[in-house]
Amino acid sequence: MRARGRCWTFGDNIPTDRLVKTRYVVEPMEVIVRHVLEDLNPRFPVEVAPGDVVVAGRHFGQSSGRAIAVKALRATGVGCVVAETFARTFLRNAFEVGLPVLELPGVTGLVSDGDVLSVDVAAGTFRNETTGAEREVPPPDAFLLEMLRAGGLIALTRERPELFA
Amino acid sequence: MSGRTFAQKALERASGETDLAPGRIVDAFPDLYMSHTASWRCIRTLERMGWPDLYDVDRIAMVMDHIAPADTAKTAGYHALCRDFARKAGVTTFYDVNAGIAHVVLMERGHVKPGELIIGTDSHSTIYGALGAFGTGVGYSEITATWVTGKLWMKVPESIRVEVDGPLARGTYAKDVMLRLIGDIGADGATYCSVEFRGSYVEAMSVSERMTLCNLAMEMGAKNAFVPPDATTLAYLDEAGADRGSYEVLLPDPDAVYRQVERVDGRTLGAQVAVPHTVDNVVPVTAVAGTKVDQVFIGSCANAKYDDLAIAADVLAGKTVAPGVRLIVTPASSRIMERAAREGIVSTLLAAGATLTNPGCGACAGVGGAMADGEVTFSTANRNFRGRMGSYDSGIYLGSPATAAATAVRGVISDPQELLT
Repeated sequence: MRARGRCWTFGDNIPTDRLVKTRYVVEPMEVIVRHVLEDLNPRFPVEVAPGDVVVAGRHFGQSSGRAIAVKALRATGVGCVVAETFARTFLRNAFEVGLPVLELPGVTGLVSDGDVLSVDVAAGTFRNETTGAEREVPPPDAFLLEMLRAGGLIALTRERPELFA
Repeated sequence: MSGRTFAQKALERASGETDLAPGRIVDAFPDLYMSHTASWRCIRTLERMGWPDLYDVDRIAMVMDHIAPADTAKTAGYHALCRDFARKAGVTTFYDVNAGIAHVVLMERGHVKPGELIIGTDSHSTIYGALGAFGTGVGYSEITATWVTGKLWMKVPESIRVEVDGPLARGTYAKDVMLRLIGDIGADGATYCSVEFRGSYVEAMSVSERMTLCNLAMEMGAKNAFVPPDATTLAYLDEAGADRGSYEVLLPDPDAVYRQVERVDGRTLGAQVAVPHTVDNVVPVTAVAGTKVDQVFIGSCANAKYDDLAIAADVLAGKTVAPGVRLIVTPASSRIMERAAREGIVSTLLAAGATLTNPGCGACAGVGGAMADGEVTFSTANRNFRGRMGSYDSGIYLGSPATAAATAVRGVISDPQELLT
């Protein structure tokens, strides 16, 4: 649940329709992943590297509850998404598919696109290595961290069936 | 402990816990698990889990609404997978591509009842609050996990109370009330919250209008929405075939605690329009009147119910769609379409020059009704994000069926007051 990498910044109210456009929803992931957020930053799907951190403003992932949007973002190799706030369906889906996410009020004032960030969701810690800025927030509920660690809800039901009995 | 909101009571009922304060996370046992065309993803996930035993197959509801009928061999394959699964697993609440939009189909056929917790693979599952149920959107693997375990984690939300007083001004409807509210509090104004609607207008509303309220609540980020069940609700449920002994109405306590109270004065509100490209970018229709449109879409789970089609037909009766404008009408369900045919509404729409499509999500889910570069659609749906209907360089305005119909007649965005008889 630790991520260290380049910061990619996006604005407020980014809809899932931008993460995965309707016309790509039924395509295989290897196609979908080449188009994630392309309208907002065409370099993103091309240059994003494992461990990179997406930083967004308020209400990230609004609109359609399509879980494929979160899966596609995870498939790009993004290590973590940090936002001022998330849309609730996106937040649920992030734990469901095992994409680390952290709500950090004020984060958009702490980063510029291209900064190097390190984030530990389980500890609730955020550090901008380029500027030295650091923040700490309460981590997500222990049950949700367990789901993230397992790699999502389905993985957790396999690994810890007793939790669901 | 002080009084409890609807959300607290509904999640206490579904979890068996007591004294649930907002913020608590519980295991809740939903009464119904809705999945639409995305059901195929749930089924594939179940196969990957090794197809364990299902908790209660009678709580599974599947409706093939998003891409219906299939547009490619691939989506036909997904539909076939769902049909085959329903037969093998014994899913009896299965509605095929002919039925219409899942939310509306399930409500009009008695599958949604007051007090119930209903999860769905669709963000607009908030609509079930129109019948006093707790409806909320979840992901598809969450639906699959619930098929197997019967339960799902739920965080108890804070609640917002929205008071709407009426009667509404002429040419103003539930859609206008919601657009104004979303414009006022923003696309994230109710994020993670339960929204309870109250007030003289809400009490006087039909269930159809209440569906519009609860559906649009999602566009301000709500987790669920709620209209207190009353005689109107019970009459609707009777007609839908829901046995009165099969549900228990849950009402908030008079001293329940709300995070905030919002008010919309329906008496002074005129028609409202959400302008491109966000739902909270809302202005009075007068501010954008005269804007040229290429297409008008009357459809979606927000506004393609019987009342909506009747209002549109009222405006369109004896008139024709403006030259060069395409009017697409997609009834929400086959029952609605059948009634609209019986009552002459279909004839009125066709005579005016409308293209009538089969029931379902239609253009709102990106099937048919796409726009070319630079085009503009006026839509009764619930979203206007860029590229949702074809070209990334097109624009979508949102409003009521009356405003949509008036706009279709004039070819430019128009105040329906000017055309209502």
